Amino acid sequence: MYTGPLRALIDELGMLPGVGPKSAQRMAFHILKVPTEDALRLSDAIVSVKERTTLCAVCFNVAEGGELCGICADDRRDPSVLCVVEDPRDIVSVERTGEFSGRYHVLGGALNPLEGVGPEQLRVRELLARVEAHEVTEAILCTNPNLEGEATAMYLARLLKPLGIRITRLASGLPVGGDLEYADELTLGRALEGRRDLEG
Amino acid sequence: MSLLRDQGVVLRTYRLGEADRIVVLLTERHGKVRAVAKGVRRTSSKFGARVEPLSHVALLLWEGRGDLDIINQAEVIDHFRVVRDDLDRVTAGLSMLEVADQLAQERHADPRLYAMLVGALRALADETVDPSLVPPAFFLKALVLEGAGPIIDACASCGEPDGSVELVAFDLTEGGTLCRGCRRGRPLSPDALVLVRRILGGGLASVLAGPPLPGADEVGGLATEAMEAHLDRRLRSVRSVAHL
Repeated sequence: MYTGPLRALIDELGMLPGVGPKSAQRMAFHILKVPTEDALRLSDAIVSVKERTTLCAVCFNVAEGGELCGICADDRRDPSVLCVVEDPRDIVSVERTGEFSGRYHVLGGALNPLEGVGPEQLRVRELLARVEAHEVTEAILCTNPNLEGEATAMYLARLLKPLGIRITRLASGLPVGGDLEYADELTLGRALEGRRDLEG
Repeated sequence: MSLLRDQGVVLRTYRLGEADRIVVLLTERHGKVRAVAKGVRRTSSKFGARVEPLSHVALLLWEGRGDLDIINQAEVIDHFRVVRDDLDRVTAGLSMLEVADQLAQERHADPRLYAMLVGALRALADETVDPSLVPPAFFLKALVLEGAGPIIDACASCGEPDGSVELVAFDLTEGGTLCRGCRRGRPLSPDALVLVRRILGGGLASVLAGPPLPGADEVGGLATEAMEAHLDRRLRSVRSVAHL
């Protein structure tokens, strides 16, 4: 139907996650319609993110303009506590809480036996090397609370336990603002299990 | 669109869009069903952990016009907590889910496969049961259910019965056990042959209830290879976590 640069743009946009042919066509026509400087800003942003962004050599978070990410380069962060996450986006979520001042390790996914993802596809070896080489005293296993994330956490706990460090897992429980009657049995069961004393 | 009520085991899930998942279920009366669980990845989702793999759930589904139904309500019958909380049991459970996913046909009820899967997951959730023998037993019994059960009392190649020849090898593509003259495939020890016979001969409950038996590892490898030969594909869940 379309040819030349417009076809190429629709095809490229259609490769983005969650973008189907219709959405790609709509975006392409939007880009065609906006002023040239707006379109150039978009293309510059794409080029610079590819040129200036790498993975941190230590934790595999996104690093901008250097070998280390902002967190690994920050001396004020506590190197003895390591928060192990699946994806760099999880770091953003934990950082937004403002409750954590340690460092991170990004696994690059979770064990997924049904998809054939085993430990070799994750940065587990690098995690073990980090724990052994540095003065890590606690590893917080911050993988997603689904079957893959739980299996990954159990696997890592099995590997890290012999190294003599404290292994902790994020608590599971009820979302703040939710209704108890809609809580599923597994979540509510874990919330009960992890109940805490309340100071009167 | 009409409403369906059924029970099922969640076999696997795929991410869909921002916060949804496609959930693949083995149901009792409708066979394998694919359904969308809307918003399930949000922490505020009403489904929560109910539609995670391994969950045994009662469902209310909107029957879709295409391949996909929509999950309207889900209630847990059993979430197999013991299985979820143990790495060895989780990986054993996932290998059975993968096999059930491969064997089940969409919209074609197979109540015996369904009952077998639920039974195997219940066995796996029994803390007194050694998890290593549950998947091999499930694979062997599923092969029988498929009409591809191995011959175990004679040589599958020359037909000589056990006793007149010694059965020393196993190859599912040949049909089962093989005598010394016809041997190919993997070697088979007398302990493993006894164990396979007990599993397929109605003695599974006593095998699982008892202490670890000699030949159990061998039966594990044999059953996995036999199932892979039947499916004509590798079992990812077994291979990717073999050395965990």
